[in-house]
Amino acid sequence: MNTAPLIACRDLTKTYIMGEQSLQVLKGVSFEIARGEFVAIMGPSGSGKSTLLNLIGALDTPTSGKLLIDGADIGGMATNDLADLRNRVIGFVFQQFNLLKRTSALENVKLPLLYASGRGGDADTRARKRLEEVGLGERLDHTPAQLSGGQQQRVAMARALVTDPQLILADEPTGALDTETSNEIMKLLTALHRNGLTVVVVTHEPEIAEYAERLMRFRDGLLVEDIRQTPRIAA
Amino acid sequence: MKLGDYLGSALVAIRLNAMRSILTTLGIIIGVASVIVMSAIGSGARQQVEQQISALGTNMLTISPGSSRGGGRRGGAGSAPPLAQADMDTLVDRLPEITAATSSLNVNAALIYGNANWTSQVTGTHAEFPDVRDWAIEDGRYFTPEEANGGAKVIVLGSSVVRQLFGSASPVGEQIRVAGVPFEVIGVMATRGATGGWRDQDDVAFIPISTARSRLAGQNLTVPNQIGTILAKIDERADMLAVETDIIDILRDRRRVGDGAKDNFSVRNVAELVSARRAAQQTLTWLLAATAAISLVVGGIGIMNIMLVSVTERTREIGLRMAIGARRQDILAQFLTESVVLCLIGGAIGLAIGVGATWGITRIADMPILINADIVLIAIAASAFVGVVFGFVPARKAASLNPIDALRYE
Repeated sequence: MNTAPLIACRDLTKTYIMGEQSLQVLKGVSFEIARGEFVAIMGPSGSGKSTLLNLIGALDTPTSGKLLIDGADIGGMATNDLADLRNRVIGFVFQQFNLLKRTSALENVKLPLLYASGRGGDADTRARKRLEEVGLGERLDHTPAQLSGGQQQRVAMARALVTDPQLILADEPTGALDTETSNEIMKLLTALHRNGLTVVVVTHEPEIAEYAERLMRFRDGLLVEDIRQTPRIAA
Repeated sequence: MKLGDYLGSALVAIRLNAMRSILTTLGIIIGVASVIVMSAIGSGARQQVEQQISALGTNMLTISPGSSRGGGRRGGAGSAPPLAQADMDTLVDRLPEITAATSSLNVNAALIYGNANWTSQVTGTHAEFPDVRDWAIEDGRYFTPEEANGGAKVIVLGSSVVRQLFGSASPVGEQIRVAGVPFEVIGVMATRGATGGWRDQDDVAFIPISTARSRLAGQNLTVPNQIGTILAKIDERADMLAVETDIIDILRDRRRVGDGAKDNFSVRNVAELVSARRAAQQTLTWLLAATAAISLVVGGIGIMNIMLVSVTERTREIGLRMAIGARRQDILAQFLTESVVLCLIGGAIGLAIGVGATWGITRIADMPILINADIVLIAIAASAFVGVVFGFVPARKAASLNPIDALRYE
């Protein structure tokens, strides 16, 4: 197995230029995330955690510093290569689920495979299998409107998993859910982590962050705390 | 991503807003439908002209007395001396390019059979007339040279005259009266077809030219063996213009037209008459094309408008697709496909309406109408083209969205 860190960044900065003003939201951040870790990223709004999430999600490129994702240098990468990297290595889970409306759960889960080069064919089988893994094997034909919030988030997780990524990147995955459903989703993420996946969750809820093994806190564009913790054991 | 996937997502997106989509394509629908209908009428008319040309024969010259080159009718019909049979005989003798010729003398006369009467153009001709005009006899026979020269009281009717006087019964062997003189009907000409703008070619009757001279046109004759017009059939390999010039020279000489004076006769080429009609039709075709282009542009703007709305509404979807690995060209292709599919749906509906309307017009108005396969293909291709052209701006807008902003779009 590859022992190099999945994410490695050094002196990472990101500056947004708005007209004549420039705003530095990341002011030099360095850390590594090893393969198989379960990390929670916390911080108040304006702390730079969303920007960091965009960067390690390969949705954006850094202003300076170095960012390696699965060994690939993100800085200066062409947009098509970034798209390919996102498709291959990363599975996104969003607060608002972002499912295609009036489209069945199965079709939603298949979507990333349509954009994957050279691995069509068994898309149906793979999507079906992932939906069964998240406990929705009976609801393949349901559209998002026919599913509860928790079920929709499970569909979104099946979609994130369908390309066999190495990293699950969850942005406030429980932000739109009640406590009980939130715990179910976090248990599911814990299970994925135990199967060897790297999981990064961005949250502002301490209870959610307790599921992770490692907690990174950001404030004013800097990494201010990076601790190992005993995860809240999923029952 | 494969074409099938793009098509699938385009159809899903269109179905989500079915009503809006159909209304949007209204411009395309109307454009395509009007193109189909108007071009069907246009090519029907064109086909009719072609039939007339081949019916008349393009290698025919008509020679008649009186100037045709001054515009309008100068000095009336009687001001120029009429043609004589000797003129025609001279032309045939001296010009080997004339393969057949016949002269005719026209009079309008009332034809009476029992209680029915019908006024028609009665033409005195020779026995060769059907050959020169390439006109077949449908029933009975034409008159013989002996009858033509011997003043026989026999008549051959055009099909319209038969319909007016006899209905569906066969007239051959019946007696009819022409300007009071009894004639025996010996034959019926084949139908050449009624024509819009042109006179009914079947509303005619033919009698021997000698009979026409002695019985019907008596007091109007001014020269011996007078004839009205000469129809000359020219060898197809001959140069029509050269033959025309030769004819003019011979007739100027015979009719003693002084140098510099205008011809007191005219030589007309059937093709000349028809080319004017063709030119008029060409104008109609351009007008039609311009109308179609305008309605397709208007339709295209509608498509562009709704696609821009669609891109804005689906900003988050675009962001999501980008996050899970869609490349910019995937997004571009997706929205282009959607606008092309939208236009093609409009085109197909327009085609159906156009064909339906054409069918309706053929039923109601007795007009020749022809739907060309070319026009159908052009209409479909034009709708797809409109989809690409007017879908491009919205599609590029979608493809150039920043994935982060698109994902956060509220």
